[in-house]
Amino acid sequence: MQERQIMNQEDVRRALARVAHEILERNRGAEDLIIVGIHTRGVHLARRIAANLAEFEDVDVPVATLDVSLYRDDNRVRDQSQTKIQPTDIPMGIQGKRVVLVDDVLYTGRTIRAAMDALVDFGRPEQIQLAILLDRGHRELPIRADYVGQNLPTALEERVKVRLMETDGADEVALIFEDLIDGPQESTEDQQA
Amino acid sequence: MSLSRTIDTPEIGGAQGPEPAPRKHVLDLDDFSQEEISAVLESARSMKEVLGRDIKKVPALRGKVVVTLFYEASTRTRISFEEAGKVLSADVINMSASGSSAEKGESLLNTGLTIQAMGVDTIVIRHPHSGAPHLLAQHLNKVSIINAGDGLHAHPTQALLDLYTVQDKLGSLEGLKIVIVGDVLHSRVARSDIWGFAKMGAKVVLSGPATLMPPDLMRTSGNLARSPFASLVEVDTDLDRAIEGADVVMALRLQQERQHAGYLPSLREYIRRWQVTGDRLEKAKPGVMVMHPGPMNEGIEISNSIAHGGNSVIEDQVTNGVAVRMALLYQLTIGSGQEL
Repeated sequence: MQERQIMNQEDVRRALARVAHEILERNRGAEDLIIVGIHTRGVHLARRIAANLAEFEDVDVPVATLDVSLYRDDNRVRDQSQTKIQPTDIPMGIQGKRVVLVDDVLYTGRTIRAAMDALVDFGRPEQIQLAILLDRGHRELPIRADYVGQNLPTALEERVKVRLMETDGADEVALIFEDLIDGPQESTEDQQA
Repeated sequence: MSLSRTIDTPEIGGAQGPEPAPRKHVLDLDDFSQEEISAVLESARSMKEVLGRDIKKVPALRGKVVVTLFYEASTRTRISFEEAGKVLSADVINMSASGSSAEKGESLLNTGLTIQAMGVDTIVIRHPHSGAPHLLAQHLNKVSIINAGDGLHAHPTQALLDLYTVQDKLGSLEGLKIVIVGDVLHSRVARSDIWGFAKMGAKVVLSGPATLMPPDLMRTSGNLARSPFASLVEVDTDLDRAIEGADVVMALRLQQERQHAGYLPSLREYIRRWQVTGDRLEKAKPGVMVMHPGPMNEGIEISNSIAHGGNSVIEDQVTNGVAVRMALLYQLTIGSGQEL
């Protein structure tokens, strides 16, 4: 397995700043806005976007957190270590609000589908928008993001890893892939190294 | 008897290799690691949030079937499992021994096989015989078994909800002094609680008449010395002394038949020496939590004013029971999902 850096710390910072500006532009300010982060890394990104909004327009946009495990349709193929459920905390309610969902990677779209199902159990938002740090394609559902940090065409067998200061000690997006240029022998050695 | 097995069995599978197999059954807490207990308590916290919503329903276990198979009377455990399953969108079927084929003499195993053949995912069983859930777990390979109380042996979901309730109020279980008072000898709740609290680093002190203390624990050597948690369990028949500095006092139900069976000289003496009262609680830590697994004999093992007083968390225990059972149902059904 090899790893290639797609975004460094500065790239992540700029992308989140641009996304915050786009949210303000599209919603003509921050009125009735709620940022909802999807566990785990989406929550940290949501907090950073809210901090950006506060910095740019001096507005205090509430941040809520959402765990979508109980709404997934693909739990059966996931790892059991994923059965721990993290807190969902939407203290302000979403009835009639503009909700910006935030997650780190947009891939099949199934997480976002689950998140929308979860959200509507809390009320009827006026709108749900989606902000994503990295869109890697391969959608299995008709879902697209409104705000995208970066688009990255990927192969199915590649993996994308988002690392954030809060969870991983550094801000970075990396693409993890098998080295197809070298022979399989080499790649085995790489793995062992 | 089953007691010595419960207390003395070395930790099985609790601290296995780096990748423990997905849990399929919940039979007792002896095979739970501290890490696994913490994970259940953390999920239970998120489940409690679901219970606080306007719409108390999530689709997690849609299309899954849970059967509650109760060979003994129960109010809270059974209703709480039913609510837990329904909030998670599982279909819950309640079955009790009376009115079922058990009355026609069908064996437990055959009843279990019949239920399994109907495509059920999880069986929640309460049975008067210790080990009944283990029997089903050994012989049924397509369902998860949750022990909702077996004989004198174990009641793991009650212990988990007790752990949750204490952790919720006091933040951490490490180093707490938990006094369990009453008929420990006949209490499956106490046995599972001992495993649970000890694993989480709390110190458990058992109190009550010497006749109702597990004989193994009254000894300070022998079998007990082999128990990995021996240092965390103490017995002190003098409740006034045992209660000193306690963070939690848990009264156990005193079954009045015990008096006729010769365990107690008289109910009056029991009340005088071991009832959890306001006076006695003065000696505990300020703000001591008072617990009871229910159903209570108010005025016997616990005074009326304490049972419903400011220190009592007995109703919280019931609420938390639903959340803990949701966490377990979810983990067993989703976690072992590949095989189902």
